[in-house]
Amino acid sequence: MKAFLQRTFDGLRPNFEKGGKLEWAWPMFEGAETFALTPGEKTEKGVHVRDPMDMKRLMIFVLYALAPAILVGMWNVGHRGYLYEGVPAAQISVLDAFLRGAWHMLPIIITSYTAGGIAELVFCVVRKHEINEGFLVTAMLFPLTLPPTIPLWMVAMGAVFGVIIGKEVFGGVGYNILNPALTARAFVFFTYPAFISGAGIWDVAGKTAFVSAAATDAYTGATPLLSVASGQPGESAVDLLAAEGWTFVDLALGAIPGSMGEVSAVAALLGALFLVGTGIASWRTMLGCVVGLLGTGAIFNAVATPEMSPLFNLPAHYHLVMGGFAFGTVFMATDPVSSATTKLGRFLFGLGVGVMCALVRVVNPAYPEGMMLAILFMNVFAPLIDYYVVQASTRNRAARLAVAAA
Amino acid sequence: MVDLISLAVKSIFVENILLAYFLGMCSFLAVSKKVETAVGLGAAVIFVLTITTPANWALHHFLLREDASLWVALGLEGVDLSFLVFIAFIAVIAAMVQLVEMVLDRFSPTLYNALGIFLPLIAVNCAILGSSLFMVEREYTAAESLVFGFSSGVGWALAIVSMAAIRTKLLYSNVPQGLRGLGITMLTTGLMAIAFMAFAGIQL
Repeated sequence: MKAFLQRTFDGLRPNFEKGGKLEWAWPMFEGAETFALTPGEKTEKGVHVRDPMDMKRLMIFVLYALAPAILVGMWNVGHRGYLYEGVPAAQISVLDAFLRGAWHMLPIIITSYTAGGIAELVFCVVRKHEINEGFLVTAMLFPLTLPPTIPLWMVAMGAVFGVIIGKEVFGGVGYNILNPALTARAFVFFTYPAFISGAGIWDVAGKTAFVSAAATDAYTGATPLLSVASGQPGESAVDLLAAEGWTFVDLALGAIPGSMGEVSAVAALLGALFLVGTGIASWRTMLGCVVGLLGTGAIFNAVATPEMSPLFNLPAHYHLVMGGFAFGTVFMATDPVSSATTKLGRFLFGLGVGVMCALVRVVNPAYPEGMMLAILFMNVFAPLIDYYVVQASTRNRAARLAVAAA
Repeated sequence: MVDLISLAVKSIFVENILLAYFLGMCSFLAVSKKVETAVGLGAAVIFVLTITTPANWALHHFLLREDASLWVALGLEGVDLSFLVFIAFIAVIAAMVQLVEMVLDRFSPTLYNALGIFLPLIAVNCAILGSSLFMVEREYTAAESLVFGFSSGVGWALAIVSMAAIRTKLLYSNVPQGLRGLGITMLTTGLMAIAFMAFAGIQL
């Protein structure tokens, strides 16, 4: 198989190289070859770091890390679909739920790859740069933050917006200031709010005509954050969750309504262990996020009075397992390009994300979930954080030098 | 007191004068190339806004609005000079900027040199006039207009400083030819405004 591919690519290569008749399509050929095989080219000039962890492997590793979140997401989408139709939980087989979820999720993921991929290819051909493997991750992260009922044309619009405005106008991977997947998500969120937030969008069965009125009444389909947010002042957040049948463990495992890939904090944690173990993602960023969220959550708990929304008395550790926090912390906040790049900066960046996430969730009634906006907000300030961390470090060194010289 | 604090938070984050109202764009785009200069201009804007907004408040309250205190005290009910608001506010802003410049030159040459060209530039910054006009429209009290002026300035400074850091980073980017310079800066401003939407909807 490998030999066959190698022969095919070698046979096609002259057409795409300089002087060949398909010279303009070189990025497509190069992309396909890198994807299928390990090309034999070597760096010819310039500084070169010798490391088996190249861009391709790094991005593929991120996809491996995403696998648990994707699989749990697929199961959850299907499982909730059956629940919504009134099938008792005990009668739903795991395989059935998984296949049904895949049936709903795969078209969305494929659309994201296709639409975003075409935009990326056009830019690569026109600007004559090579397709970067970072796109594989972006195009996977974006659909995972969407509800399973999202219309496919919105997925396509979002993916194209994310690739072009979020990344390519800055010159491609490595130069963007905001996380492209989140830019795409924010675009869809603000342009079509009715399709991306609210109680009715998390269940695939809600879009079919077979749902009986009784089943709909029995099952609201609101996300845990939304159920807490819509409680009356003075109610206990934990009680509100218990009324929907959710305990801390359910929330952590991910058997809850939510965006396709974001429901399970445990799956995100598995991904985090893998990413930190392989040295791809920064543990400082993740630690910062968790500390920021827990700290802010604890402050809200401390100031909560009975007149305030139940969100204030939601225990801080519940915040960790609800909404997109775990997923965002592991896969979005640690984006090496749009996050801060200094070590201290990364921790501060994460801290800001955690604080902002809790703030938006609890204080801002317009959005039940704040992780996406928290990360985008801190992306804006990441260069500034780096700037001041570097300044402070320079000053410290100058002071040490002065002491040493004296 | 709580009201004033929430007004401050609101004008820094929720209704950021630059990223929610897009006021003061010209100097924002022109002077955001380096972090140090952006910090200087930001400080100058905070300074001038903190002075001019309450000054214009007094002017409006005592002289310009319909049935202003002065005319009522003189027994001239019904005098309405509010059509003079624009010209009067602009005159006050220009005068204040000049005054600030002279005072700084006399008493703090270091700060004067640091702010340099930015002080006169501020006289034509629409964020300054915009704040005064918002102050009239929203019927702020004297204390509120002081807080509003100061925190609008802080919000503006925050935006320009983070923009300067982003543009420093963008120096190394391979931006398409047609978008280099202002084009990419405008796009970045739009993306920053999306990020600031995190606060939209907070009721204070």
